[in-house]
Amino acid sequence: MATPPPSPASETGPNRTGLAVLAWVWVGAPFAYGVYELVLKAKQLFTG
Amino acid sequence: MPPAALAVHLSIGQAYSWSVFKPPLESALNLSGTQSALPFQLAIVMLGLSAAFGGTLVERNGPRWAMTVALVFFASGFLISALGAETRQYWLIVLGYGFVGGIGLGIGYISPVSTLIKWFPDRPGLATGIAIMGFGGGALIASPWSQAMLDHFGADSGGIALAFLVHGLVYALFMSLGVFLIRLPRPKPDAPTIAGAEPGAVTLIGSVQVSARSALRTPQFWCLWIVLCMNVTAGIGILERAAPMITDFFANTSASVSATAAAGFVALLSAANMAGRIGWSSLSDVIGRKNIYRMYLVVGIAMYLVIFLAGDTAKPVFVICAMVILSFYGGGFATLPAYLKDLFGTYQVGAIHGRLLTAWSVAGVLGPLIVNWVADAQADAGKSGPQLYGVSFVIMICLLVVGLVANEFVRPVHPRHHIETRKGEPDGHATAESGI
Repeated sequence: MATPPPSPASETGPNRTGLAVLAWVWVGAPFAYGVYELVLKAKQLFTG
Repeated sequence: MPPAALAVHLSIGQAYSWSVFKPPLESALNLSGTQSALPFQLAIVMLGLSAAFGGTLVERNGPRWAMTVALVFFASGFLISALGAETRQYWLIVLGYGFVGGIGLGIGYISPVSTLIKWFPDRPGLATGIAIMGFGGGALIASPWSQAMLDHFGADSGGIALAFLVHGLVYALFMSLGVFLIRLPRPKPDAPTIAGAEPGAVTLIGSVQVSARSALRTPQFWCLWIVLCMNVTAGIGILERAAPMITDFFANTSASVSATAAAGFVALLSAANMAGRIGWSSLSDVIGRKNIYRMYLVVGIAMYLVIFLAGDTAKPVFVICAMVILSFYGGGFATLPAYLKDLFGTYQVGAIHGRLLTAWSVAGVLGPLIVNWVADAQADAGKSGPQLYGVSFVIMICLLVVGLVANEFVRPVHPRHHIETRKGEPDGHATAESGI
């Protein structure tokens, strides 16, 4: 079940841009949460 | 493509935060520390084995198939573990998280790597760095999230079961983005192909292409296996025992480290591990793969030497050196696929990468074994502070020297191992014949 290559029309256009933004938010939001928690913990090394 | 890869790697990177579940499991199911580590250890062993034995299947069936398999196995592992926690059957947790989930880890780990190399053939280090950075960053998300869930549901067996259940469902949903988005680049119309090549493989006339089976017969593969094993052993020895190590190290000083501060040290090491994956791997596109491994190994030796000589005199020096070592640990993983691409081409790079990850399984046992065994032996001999770890650091330096020597033996692959391509077919495609 090899993944078929995308059609040329699917690689451009506003739908593709919107999907890219959504995809980055999808992975970026939890990552930002992780980084925030990291900063809180890292501060404890020199203050705690 | 990067979000597709990150969706999978940020999920399976949860494995590095297994320690969050250890204390509640130990109290709820009356387990020892060794017993509660079993699911994680089995998962890492299965990661290496499934990547090694599943690599060819992954390349034959494509990244979407591989990500679907990874999703099903990884999420099912949590669901089986939830059943195990609810019924208080610990063997089900070992089977679920360790065996079934571990297969998901291995297939998921290699699934986007070769695809990204094909999308960004000019920047393979950056491409694989993006993907594999997610594996380092997964614990940053999972660690506080899992802890918050246990706080909410409770740390008894019912609470742990609910936490496992939510993990399985949420990770299945999160990884589905990768399955949905992943795709191979369109092949160039005039690009030659090789029978049996990975879908989308860029097989340029005159470029080096080596099959996975032939790669195993080359000294280059085994030199890289040693390099990876030594580099990972040196990093994982610190990573696995980070919190007790910094606490022990400064126990006899005025700058003693509390449990809370030790958790901050662990978090910083995770960040260094993640940053090294994208940073050093990208740098390898500029200075070359062999040179970047020289840097990992030589500077790694220097960092261990500084820690050994400085002892407990300066906490910032210890923290910075440990972070540099962990950044090389992450960088070593992330640069590897690009190194393989340089040596063996893109023909079956995913399968070759999978086979090389068996070095990780060995290092995952070797690193913690050395550090823990030496620390226990030194403690039994009445020593304390930095003396608990001095011998371990000397052993790590020796291992890195072995890795450095192995890296120096890496040369271009002999032409007899190459797959040859030639144009000339009526339809413009090329045929392949083994050069062996």
